[in-house]
Amino acid sequence: MSDTWIDGNVLAGPLGELVSFEVTTALARCDECARVSVLAETHVYADGPGFVVRCPGCDIVLLRLVQDTAGGRSWLDLRGISYLQVRLDT
Amino acid sequence: MARTAVLGRLTWLVGRVTATRQETASARTLTLDVPGWTGHRPGQHVDIRLTAADGYSTERSYSIASTWTGTSIELGIQVLSDGEVSPYLGQVLSVGDSLELRGPVGGHFVWDPGDPRPVLLVAGGSGLVPLMAMLRTRIATGVLTPMTLLVSARSPQSLLYAAELAALSGAHPGLAVTVRYSREGPTDEVMGRWDRDAFARLTASVAGQTDCFVCGPTGFVEAIIGHLVATGHDPSRIKAERFGGSQ
Repeated sequence: MSDTWIDGNVLAGPLGELVSFEVTTALARCDECARVSVLAETHVYADGPGFVVRCPGCDIVLLRLVQDTAGGRSWLDLRGISYLQVRLDT
Repeated sequence: MARTAVLGRLTWLVGRVTATRQETASARTLTLDVPGWTGHRPGQHVDIRLTAADGYSTERSYSIASTWTGTSIELGIQVLSDGEVSPYLGQVLSVGDSLELRGPVGGHFVWDPGDPRPVLLVAGGSGLVPLMAMLRTRIATGVLTPMTLLVSARSPQSLLYAAELAALSGAHPGLAVTVRYSREGPTDEVMGRWDRDAFARLTASVAGQTDCFVCGPTGFVEAIIGHLVATGHDPSRIKAERFGGSQ
């Protein structure tokens, strides 16, 4: 695992291909430590073949996203998020 | 922002390079015309996708530096020596070439020019790019929102938009720009290490109900957020964008 993370702002485009709401302003509750984070403020490791998104509080994996552009497929793993709170007016 | 249309899923657009402008030895501005561009908010970015002949593709995010005017956007490209995308965008791509891009994206790190609260912008290196969109939008819209921009650059030679920033100084009431150089440059009161005391002095005039936008390398942003919180800024009013490495 690289020790240099970026933040969840980078997920706006990749996740915006999958869902039609503004996902980076959504609140995500960590299933491990119960911290609630704006998705834009989560820690993202993007050096591998996909995105690994970790909780800023406990570092557990919240979300993984792998895109297969040539094959026209994506995999979205939301294993560490117990809920997303989405604002409907954004 | 009111929803004016049903949002669809994002798709890729094609932009054509209409101009390039060298900003520093390793950074340049790309101006793209993007048919179908529906406008952006200051702070948003685009994702650019490059695809090789064998089908391999990769994408990176680049901040928009310009304020919204029609279908033309300006991106700031800092070339990373070990980069997979930035050397092509920063050194190879020419006027007339086309690019695949997706955007505008990002609803978190955006400034609303209709919000009258004072704004503090803090940039590290090429983190200046999205903050320039905010500063340029303030000027273009004519709002009088107090806005203070602090820029940390390695040296005078590596400062983006240097001439424009110099011309702004004192030209717009309520707008203040301070640049400090971390490795070399003219000696003045902001030269040297940007420790917490120095930061507190620089930001004393905008303490209180200030919206803060911080963009730069991850370590820089984390340090600045620490300074802001320690000097009394409300963490819920601090928004950040961190791009990882050193530039």
